[in-house]
Amino acid sequence: MELTERHVEGLKELLYKMADDLLILGHRNSEWTGLGPVLEEDIAFSSMAQDKLGQSLALFELLHELGENIPDIVAFTRNDKQFHNCHLVEMPIGEYDFSLARHFFYDHADALRFAMLENSSFEGLSMISRKFKGEIKYHTMHADVWMKQLSYGTEESKARMQSAINEVFPLALGIFEEGEFEAELIEAGIFIGEAALKAQWLEKVGAELHKYGYTLPDPEAVIPALGGRKGFHTEHLQPLLNEMSEVFQIDPGADW
Amino acid sequence: MIIKSLDPRITRAGIDDESKDGIQQPMDQWHTYEVFQQKKRGTHHVHVGSLHAPDAELAVLFAKEQYARRGQCVNLWVVKTSDVFATEYEDEDIFTTTPEKKYREPEVYKVMDRIQAFKAKQNS
Repeated sequence: MELTERHVEGLKELLYKMADDLLILGHRNSEWTGLGPVLEEDIAFSSMAQDKLGQSLALFELLHELGENIPDIVAFTRNDKQFHNCHLVEMPIGEYDFSLARHFFYDHADALRFAMLENSSFEGLSMISRKFKGEIKYHTMHADVWMKQLSYGTEESKARMQSAINEVFPLALGIFEEGEFEAELIEAGIFIGEAALKAQWLEKVGAELHKYGYTLPDPEAVIPALGGRKGFHTEHLQPLLNEMSEVFQIDPGADW
Repeated sequence: MIIKSLDPRITRAGIDDESKDGIQQPMDQWHTYEVFQQKKRGTHHVHVGSLHAPDAELAVLFAKEQYARRGQCVNLWVVKTSDVFATEYEDEDIFTTTPEKKYREPEVYKVMDRIQAFKAKQNS
């Protein structure tokens, strides 16, 4: 079908929130580099953080094709009000249990979103969704295995993971904050919408956690962390942006 | 003293440089695994190194990032190092072959002439 201006706006909104989530979480997770609990895990976690930056770059490139500025400018020169990521990804890394719970909730949402987008009518998105499929599958495998390991570890490890799950869950619900153009995206076959994604995700993470003896909090009983998609952020995002763009800002025109 | 580094992540972590904790703790719950990588289906798995992991399931996940992130790979094996039964280096001499082993190789037997002669005789 012929895309109207509102369809394109909706597409951009979708691409921006996905790219921003990946960029910010990729940066956050990279903060574990050199500090991970053991060398092997440090390598794996850092590696996945890099994957996320790569995925965000691919999305920023699609945005550039739709007329937005080049990826470096978009990534390094906006302030927090101009970012569309959810609060989940901007929170500090905390203890490793927090980072693992975030990894689990986010990456399952990401895997389901990209799986849906394999059938997107927007070819650029369906192409990169197929390209990143294996990478994202590994991320969810890694997250699941840690959930399992720590459930069957000690009483303390299981209790800490359950408490991290409880802490992260309301933040994770913020992933599915609806935008202005949900109806247009669904109508044009670009994306099946946040509500449908959230339903699939709740089923998936619920089943996965149940398998390892954890409890998924009741989504109706918590307050989702909303606002991120509209540019309202916690006090943690701007300092992250300052740090992330520090080198770029020294000489924005530099050739690398 | 908390370590102050040019890397803000290190500073943020609040690591005490007096602390010897962690350095002297043995990794008594983690095993060493040997990693074998297969580059193409049908080819042999080749030993590429080792790593620490609490069990085989995590060992293959770690192996993927540590040994198969670059270059081709279609399959990985991990084997607990303690399950590998090895020869002793002091027995290295069992591998020194006697210098003259020609008698084991078929090409040293010059029998083709006699086979051809036999066949010719049969056919005549």
